[in-house]
Amino acid sequence: MENRIRVLVAKPGLDGHDRGAKVIARALRDAGMEVIYTGLRQTPEMIVNAALQEDVQAIGLSILSGAHNAIVPRVMELLREKRMTDVLVIVGGTIPDQDAEKLKALGVAAIYQPGASLEEIIGFIRSSVKQPA
Amino acid sequence: MKTRRGNLSGIPIENVYGPEAPGTFPYTRGIHRDMYRGKLWTMRQFSGFGTPEDTNRRYLYLLEQGQTGLSVAFDLPTLMGYDSDHPNSAGEVGKCGVSISSLEDMETLCRGIPLGDVSVSMTINSPAPILFAMYLVVAEKQGVGWDRVSGTLQNDILKEYIAQKEYIYPPRPSMRLVTDVIEFATERTPRFNPISISGYHIREAGSTAVQELAFTLRDGIEYVEWALERGLPVDAFAPRLSFFFNSHNDFFEEIAKFRAARKIWAFTMRDRFAAQDERSLKCRFHTQTAGCSLTWQQPYNNVVRTALQGLAAVLGGTQSLHTNSLDEAYALPSEQAVTIALRTQQILAHESNVTATADPLGGSYFVEKMTLDVEAAANDYIRRIDQMGGMIPAIERGFPQSEIANASYEYQRSIETGEQTIVGVNKFNESADERIELLQIDESAQQRQVDELRDLKKKRDGDRVEAVLDRLREAARGTENTMPHILGAVRAYATVGEICDAFRDIFGTYTETSVL
Repeated sequence: MENRIRVLVAKPGLDGHDRGAKVIARALRDAGMEVIYTGLRQTPEMIVNAALQEDVQAIGLSILSGAHNAIVPRVMELLREKRMTDVLVIVGGTIPDQDAEKLKALGVAAIYQPGASLEEIIGFIRSSVKQPA
Repeated sequence: MKTRRGNLSGIPIENVYGPEAPGTFPYTRGIHRDMYRGKLWTMRQFSGFGTPEDTNRRYLYLLEQGQTGLSVAFDLPTLMGYDSDHPNSAGEVGKCGVSISSLEDMETLCRGIPLGDVSVSMTINSPAPILFAMYLVVAEKQGVGWDRVSGTLQNDILKEYIAQKEYIYPPRPSMRLVTDVIEFATERTPRFNPISISGYHIREAGSTAVQELAFTLRDGIEYVEWALERGLPVDAFAPRLSFFFNSHNDFFEEIAKFRAARKIWAFTMRDRFAAQDERSLKCRFHTQTAGCSLTWQQPYNNVVRTALQGLAAVLGGTQSLHTNSLDEAYALPSEQAVTIALRTQQILAHESNVTATADPLGGSYFVEKMTLDVEAAANDYIRRIDQMGGMIPAIERGFPQSEIANASYEYQRSIETGEQTIVGVNKFNESADERIELLQIDESAQQRQVDELRDLKKKRDGDRVEAVLDRLREAARGTENTMPHILGAVRAYATVGEICDAFRDIFGTYTETSVL
């Protein structure tokens, strides 16, 4: 299993609804990826630091509290500061269409709303991450 | 208005059919003899968003539309014991519910609502004693005696560790606070339910119906044991314990679950705890239809799902009901969506005639057998948790958490493979998505709340606040009931964040080991 894709699944903010994050984490693991799950209540700083330390190629953020407009821009800003813009960021949760457009404009690669299929998410990560040279 | 007591052809309908009457032990068929023929369930829509002014307006609207009880949704900072000006509250204020930081906010929230006449349910857990104290002080200011206030406090911390994850302190000091409220309410607020032992969130986190039932009732056993340990006689507090269940898609399984809940609880209270008072044996519960069953795709289908789930709750004998709005998968409900949800209940109650006889499904071969099967499977879980030494050791070893995580993963897999059909998602999904109007939470809510809090902190007596918080810390260190000291702190306009911080100083905070 050389070059397994490494993914950080993170729950930012105060939201404790971790059902989706856990299901995704398990599905990615079953698909052969290495998954690091942060657990609950992570600040953007904690998430970006974990991504750096764990040397991941993708970050999945799960947000169902409506706080995405405050949290996601901060994560993107920190990734830029740390020159980690090659890390793929995807967001899952209750993200209204108009907000999804704004977040994509900040560099989020994909937004998955409720009902998205696991296969689709797995396929997207596989085809989009930057493999280490 | 005269109520019809027959069908549309004029054939009369009896109050009840069959040999075993509802309202008698073990209450499988219902806790009242005449069920909804005597009294309808309470229509209680859970709501709250933005500032206390915003939510107060929504409450006055819902009461005007014929809703019969209120149910307060708090925002995440309030649920987690942070004031609106805390750094962790950024972006979260007023999003998932109403923002309440101080007694002043609670006064605004309840403005124009007669607290002696309307029963109010509050979904709050770790900071439950604080919000309860605020509510009681507001009632007092309205001239309503504490013996007259009625409602329900969720105050169920165990399911937070198991499923919803809005805990602050470690399990044991949290259980002490829960027990403080039960003890206080037993003595001072005889019409208020001090706890609503909740399976709803366990189910939303992905459990099966059996797991929801078993973990909830086992949590109930834990609370009874702590209250007994405190020295309360079982029949003094047990009649005011209440429950809260989910109503999901599998129609008959849900009905069987509600019936089994009453039966298991009645036997538990009689045989395990030797309760004598009949009211101690009756499992009274609120039901909410399953938010997690509602889909983003083809959202109007959600009205139909909710109607079926609401019907299951009614056929299962619920005491109160929240029907979800069609936009549940997107956001907090718009006024139009919440009105349709309330109308759904009104159609069940006033048009369908399902209320004409008590437990109309009693005696159905299928429903009776399913009730026995669900009961046996739940009792098996309860025994396993007993063998672990109770719910706290079970939580500490991650048992309910991993059972739920496994069930939720399997369910998602079954949707992926198409084994489980979800209309509009993995089948019949050809039509284009309908667009629906969503409630927009005013982004200025946070700033308005922060400004008001700053003004409050300037005008209150700061020395008095320090003194009451010191006294509270002292009470927390000892063993006395903390409620009188929380009331003192609330009266001095100490905030939710300050009071929780005082407890954090003494109890510490809890971080879970995540179970994947």
